[in-house]
Amino acid sequence: MIKLGIDIGSTTIKLVAIEEEVVIYKKYERHHSKINATLENLLIEFKNEVNVNHICMNITGSAGLGLAKKNNLSFVQEVSCAFFAVDKLYDNVDCIIELGGEDAKVVFIDKGNIEQRMNGTCAGGTGAFIDQMAQLLKVDVSELNELAKKANKIYDISSRCGVFAKNDIQPLLNQGASKEDIALSIYQAIVNQTIIGLAQGREIKGKVCFLGGPLTFSSELRNRFIETLNLKDAFVPENGELFVAYGCALFPKNEEIDITNLIDMLHQDNEFDNQQFLKPLFKNKKEYQEFIKEHDNSIKEKDIKTYQGNAYLGVDAGSTTTKLVLISEDNELLYSYYGPNQGNPLDIIKRELLNIYDLCDNRIKIKSSCSTGYGEQLIKNAFTFDIGQVETICHYEAAKYFLSDVQFVLDIGGQDMKYFTIDKGVITSIVLNEACSSGCGSFISTYANSLGSSVEEFAKMAINARKPLDLGTRCTVFMNSGIKQALAMQVGIDDISASLAISVVKNALYKVIRATNFKDDFGTKVLVQGGTFLNDAVLKAFEDEIGFKVIRPKIAGLMGAFGAALIAKKKVKETSKLIKYDDLKNFIYESSNVTCRLCPNKCILTVNKFSNGAQYIANNKCSNPLKKEKSSEKLDNLYQYKYQLLQDIIDKQPDYDVKVGIIRGLNMYENIPFWIGFFNYLQVKVVVSDKSTPLLIKKGQHTIASDTICYPAKVVHGHIINLLEKDLDIIFYPNMPYNELESNVLQNHYNCPVVGCYPELINANFDFEKTNFVMPYLSLEDKAKFVKNMIPEMFKIKKTNRFKISKAYNEGKKLENKYREMIFKKGEQVLDNVVKNNKKAIVLAGRPYHIDPEINHGIDRLITDLGCTVLSEDCFRLKDNKVNVLNQWTYHNRMYNAANIIAQYPNINLVQLVSFGCGLDAITSDEVKRILESHDKIYTQIKIDDISNIGSVNIRIRSLLNVMEGLDE
Amino acid sequence: MNSEDRVIFTEEMKKEYTILIPQMAPFHFELLSSTLNSFGYKSEVLANNGKDIAYLGNKYVHNDTCVPAIYVIGQFLDALNSGKYDVHKVALIITQTGGGCRASNYIHLLRSALKKAGYGYIPVISLNASNIESNPGFKLDFKLLKKLVQSITIGDLLMSLYNQTLPYEVKKGETDRVTDWWMQYLSDEYKNNVKISSSQLKSYLKDIVNDFNQIEITNEIKPKIGIVGEIYVKYSPLGNNNLEAFLINEGCEVRTLGIVDFLLYTFESVAYDIKQYGGKYLTRIIFKLLVKYVEHPRKYVNKLLAPTRFAHVLEFKNLKRLAQPYLGYGVHVGEGWLLTAEIIELIKSGVNNVITTQPFGCLPNHIVAKGMFKTIKEAYPSANLGSIDYDTSASKINQENRIKLIVMNAKSKLNKELKKNTK
Repeated sequence: MIKLGIDIGSTTIKLVAIEEEVVIYKKYERHHSKINATLENLLIEFKNEVNVNHICMNITGSAGLGLAKKNNLSFVQEVSCAFFAVDKLYDNVDCIIELGGEDAKVVFIDKGNIEQRMNGTCAGGTGAFIDQMAQLLKVDVSELNELAKKANKIYDISSRCGVFAKNDIQPLLNQGASKEDIALSIYQAIVNQTIIGLAQGREIKGKVCFLGGPLTFSSELRNRFIETLNLKDAFVPENGELFVAYGCALFPKNEEIDITNLIDMLHQDNEFDNQQFLKPLFKNKKEYQEFIKEHDNSIKEKDIKTYQGNAYLGVDAGSTTTKLVLISEDNELLYSYYGPNQGNPLDIIKRELLNIYDLCDNRIKIKSSCSTGYGEQLIKNAFTFDIGQVETICHYEAAKYFLSDVQFVLDIGGQDMKYFTIDKGVITSIVLNEACSSGCGSFISTYANSLGSSVEEFAKMAINARKPLDLGTRCTVFMNSGIKQALAMQVGIDDISASLAISVVKNALYKVIRATNFKDDFGTKVLVQGGTFLNDAVLKAFEDEIGFKVIRPKIAGLMGAFGAALIAKKKVKETSKLIKYDDLKNFIYESSNVTCRLCPNKCILTVNKFSNGAQYIANNKCSNPLKKEKSSEKLDNLYQYKYQLLQDIIDKQPDYDVKVGIIRGLNMYENIPFWIGFFNYLQVKVVVSDKSTPLLIKKGQHTIASDTICYPAKVVHGHIINLLEKDLDIIFYPNMPYNELESNVLQNHYNCPVVGCYPELINANFDFEKTNFVMPYLSLEDKAKFVKNMIPEMFKIKKTNRFKISKAYNEGKKLENKYREMIFKKGEQVLDNVVKNNKKAIVLAGRPYHIDPEINHGIDRLITDLGCTVLSEDCFRLKDNKVNVLNQWTYHNRMYNAANIIAQYPNINLVQLVSFGCGLDAITSDEVKRILESHDKIYTQIKIDDISNIGSVNIRIRSLLNVMEGLDE
Repeated sequence: MNSEDRVIFTEEMKKEYTILIPQMAPFHFELLSSTLNSFGYKSEVLANNGKDIAYLGNKYVHNDTCVPAIYVIGQFLDALNSGKYDVHKVALIITQTGGGCRASNYIHLLRSALKKAGYGYIPVISLNASNIESNPGFKLDFKLLKKLVQSITIGDLLMSLYNQTLPYEVKKGETDRVTDWWMQYLSDEYKNNVKISSSQLKSYLKDIVNDFNQIEITNEIKPKIGIVGEIYVKYSPLGNNNLEAFLINEGCEVRTLGIVDFLLYTFESVAYDIKQYGGKYLTRIIFKLLVKYVEHPRKYVNKLLAPTRFAHVLEFKNLKRLAQPYLGYGVHVGEGWLLTAEIIELIKSGVNNVITTQPFGCLPNHIVAKGMFKTIKEAYPSANLGSIDYDTSASKINQENRIKLIVMNAKSKLNKELKKNTK
C-alpha cells in the first residue's frame, strides 16, 4: 500500500509518498496562496507519475487543518509528524528544531518523554520573516545566505515580528550598514528568538536535528544556531524540508482514499464556509468610478522644462521610501520622485538631484532646500541642505495647503502611522504608532510582493472583492495568521486585499487613534495622506468606517516632501547651501562600521564619510560619539542623577565578610538603599549586580520562561547570572507583592504582579547549586511583621537577633527616606530652575527601574541633547489628587501625581514610558492621558521594549518640543 | 470612592431595573441570576454572542487591556444596542476582586466605555466582598451571600458531572437533557424558596449525582484534558473560542476544577496577607472561618461521589498543599498559586494533559503558569502541558493548531499506555 503525506504550510505544499517505508515520490512547491489549485495539480502529477489510484493519506501543516476538516480527511499535527519521522530514522536525538513558514517548533526528547513546543501567538514568523527581510534587502533567500557568509559583524535585530525587525534594519540600511552584516544579523535574530521563545528555560543541547525549509536551505542560519548554542552534534536529515511530510506519510492510517475522487473534490470545492464576511468596499465598477472622481485633489503642475524662476526643494527620506519634490514660486509641482530607498537613500537622491540640475538648466534656481524623515540628518549632512525639519511639521504644512482649516491629519506610511489634531492653527496632539501596531503599509506591500504582484495591482484587486474578511485589529503578525486562516478557507486574493485594507484602517482607528466617535472627537475637516492611502481600498474603508468623506491629496505619498519644500520656501535665506552641481557629480560616500569604545555598551556605529570631507555618524544611541562641543551649560537630568545617586550609595558601603547579592533590577532600583541600610547595620555587605549591558542581558536570555513578559523583567535574568558569576553564597531577592502606602489617595499599595512575585519565577527557572537563593515574602509597611518574617531568613545569612533586626529595619528606612528625600530635593531645585529661567522640561514618567539605560535606551539623554531638562515621576512630593481609576499601585500613583503637578506649568510636559506587554499600563496610560488632556496638555507615550528605536523616539520628542514652542518657530 | 459622578443604583431601581449579568460560567451564572431574582431583584444573564461583541469591546476599551474586559464590556454594549432592553431601566453588574491585577479596574473601564457609547446614565453595580464600592439598592448581605455560595457549589457539581458524562453518553443528548432539566428545576425551586436550608441543599446535590450516575455510558477510554487558567477565559466559551466544545469534539474528556476553590483561595489570601504583612486579627479569623464555611458541603459531595465513577473533589487544604513545592502562598494575584495547584491536582488525579489559558499579556500567568512549567515537568516528566494566549483577534486556526498538538500528544500517550496494559 502506498502512503501519502501532504504537508500544507503557510507558503508551500510538500508531498511525500512511501511504499514499504521507502520513499517513492517527493515534491516541494510554493502555493502562492492558491492551495486548492496547487494541491490539485500536485495530486494529478503524482497520480500520473506513480500510476496509482488508491492510497492511504494524511494531511498536516497549519494551512492543511482547514482543508482536512472541511473535506473530512485525516489530519495529523505537524510537530507530531516531525517527531515521528525523527524517531523512526535516528537514535538518541535530544532535540529537534524545526522552523517553518510561520511557525517555529522545538521538540525535546528525554528518555522517551517528549516535550513539544510551538511559538506563541505573538512570536512572529521565521520562514516568512526571512522572506520579508530578504525582500527588504532586495535579494532572494539563497542570496541572503551567500551574503551572510561574507559578514564581519552582527547587529542587534529583533525578530519578535517582522515589524520590529524592520524598525531595526531600516535605520541600519539607511545609515549604510553592509548587507552582508545585516544578513548575518537577521539569522542571529532568529536564533535568539528561538531560544527566548521556545527553550523557555530549558537548555538545547546534545544531538540536535534541524528541520524545515529555512534550516535546510540556509547553512549560515544553522551555523548561527551551532555557534550560539555551542552544539557539538547537530545535523540536517536528507530532505529536511520534506521531513514533516515524510513523518505524515508514516503516520499509521488504514482507510484508503481514491485520488481521483479527491482531485474532483478539490476541483469543485470553492464554496466558502459560513464565515461572517464584511460588506464589500465597492458595490460595483460604477460606484468605484464615482468615488475616484470625488477624490481628485490634485495640485497644479508646471513643466520643469519651460518654467523660469526660483524653485524650492523638499526631500523626505522615510524608512522605506524616499520622496522628493521641487516646487515653483507659486507652489506648483515641477518635479517629484517617489520610490523605495532600497536601503540607500544617498544614491537615489544623488541621482534625482543630478537629474533635476540637468532639467533646471540655467532657467531655474533652487533657492532653498529642506530635508525631513528618518534620514533627515543624513541627507542634510551629505548634500548640505539648508534646513532639517521634523516630519510632523512638514506634514502639517502640506496639509494646510489642501485644507486650510484642517482639524485632523492621518498619515499611514510604510511602517509608521501617525496622526495629529489641530485646534485654532496649533497642533494639539501628535500620536505616533507604537512599534507593535505599525508596519501596516509595508505589510500590504510585502504581502503583495509575496504574491508576485505590485502594490498597485494588489490594491486594484480589492475593488472587486465581494467578501472581505475581518482580519482583526492587532499587529500584523496576527493579520498574517488571519490570512492563513482565510487561505485555509480558500478565500480569494481580491478579498484578502480588501480585508487587509480594512484591517489597516481599523488598526489606525481603534488601535492607534482609539476614536469612538470620530466626528465629535476630531471634527470633520480630515486629511489623509501617506503612501498607504494611495490605495483606494484603504481610503474607501476609512470613509466607510468613520462615516464621512475626507480629503486625500493626489500626492498623498509626497506630502512630507511637499511640506518640506513649502518650509524651504518659507524660510528661504539669501543663498542656499545646497550642494553644487559639480560637487554633486563627484559626490561619493563611504560608510564603515566602527565599534564605539566610549562606554561599556560598545555600540556599533556607522560612519558615513562624504567626498566633501564631512562625516556623519549614525546608529549611535547617545551623543557621546558625536563629539559635539558639550553645550556650555549641562542640563539637569533626574534619571542620570538617580542612577548615579544609587551607585554612590552602593559604593559607600564598608566591606564586610558576609555578603549578599542583590539584583540591580525591577523594584530593587528603589529598594537597594533600604537593603543597604538594613544589611550594613547587621555587618553584611550588599553586592549589587553590575550595571546592565547588552552582554549581561543576553547571558540570561535562555532562562526566560515567558517570551511575552515585559522587558524590565527579562533583564532580571541577566542580573541573576551576573550575581551567580560573582560566586556569592547568598542571593537575596524577596517577594514583595505590596509596596508602601505612601499617599492618602492610594486605595491599596500593590506592586504590579510581575514585580511582586518575580523571585518565585527566578527560583523555578534557575538551578542555584551552591548559592542560597533567599526569597521571603515581605512588606516594608509593617515593622513588626517585617521583623517577624526576617528572623528565619537571617538565619540563612548571618547570626543575629530580633532586637538587631528591628534596629536594622530602622537603619534601612532611614537610608531609604534619605534617598527619597534627596530625589525630592533635587526635583524641587530643578523645577525651581526650570520655572525661574523659563526653560523647557519633560517629565519622563516611568517606574523606578526605567532609569536603567539599557531599559530606557538613552531616552533621557536624547531629551537633554534636544535641549530639554529631564524630570522623573518620583521627584515630586505626593499630593492628594484624586483619580478616576482604582488607584492601587504605588508606583503608578506617582505618575498620576506628576501629571497633576506639571499640568500647571506651561513649559513642562510629560512623556510616559510604558512597557510592551504590560497589562497595567493599559489602565495607567488612559488615566495619565485623561489628566493631561483635561489641562490641555499633550500626552506622549513611548513603549519600552528590547528594541531601541531611538529614531522614532527622536521624532516623537521633537514633535512634542515643536508643539511646546508653538508652531511657527 | 473617587468617581463621585458614578450613577448610584438606588432602592427604587431595585424594583424596576433589570440587572444584566455578563456570561462567564454557564452552569453557575444562571443559578446566580436565579438567586438574585429570589431576593427581589430582576436579573438576567446575557446570552448574546457574535462578532459585534469583540468589535464593540475593541472600539470602546483600550486594546491593550486583557481580553475578559474587552469581551465583558463588548457583551454589555452589544446587549444594550440590541433593542431588547429598555436602556433606561437596566443596570449592569460586574465583579471587583480588589486584587493586585488590573481586573479590579474593569469597572472603571466599563463606566468610561458606557459614557463614550452614550450610556453614561446606566448604573453599574460592583459585586465585591471587600466593600470597595456600595449601592443603596444592592446589598450583599449574609443571606444573599450564603445562597450565592450554595449556587456555586451546585454549579461546580453540575459542571463536573456534565464534563465527565457527556463524552461517554450512549444516547446522544441525554446529558444535556438532564442538565437542562436541573437548571429549570432549580430556577423554579429558587423562586419559591428564598432560603435554601442545608438539608435542602443536600437533597439537591444527592439527586444531581444520582441523575447523572444513571445516564448510560459507553466503556470508551478517552484522553482527559484539564483546563486551568485565568478565570474568565477558563470558563467562558466566548472568551476561549468554545475550547470545551472543541476538545469534546476532538474526542477528549474535559476537566475544569470548580469555582468554589477560587472563592476559598480568595478568602485564604486575605487571611494570609494579614498574617504576613499585618492587619486586623479579627478579619483574619473571619476569613479563615469563611473558608471552613464555604467548603463545608464538599465533604458531603465527596461522600455522594465515593461509590460512583466520578472523580472526587480535593479538600482545599490538600489542594493548597500541592502548590507548596513550587511557589509560596504569597503569590495570589490573579489565580496565583491556585493555578499551579490545580495543574498538580489534575496530573495527580490522572489527567496528565493540561492546557493553561490566559489573556494575552496576563501578568500573573507569566509566573504561575508558564513560569512553573519547568519545575512541574521535572517532577512529572510525562505531563503534557500547553499554554494558549487569548485575545480578540488571535486567529482561531493558530489556537486550534496548538490545541491539536496537545490533543495529539494526549492521544499518543494514551495509546501507548493502553498497549502496555494489554501486553
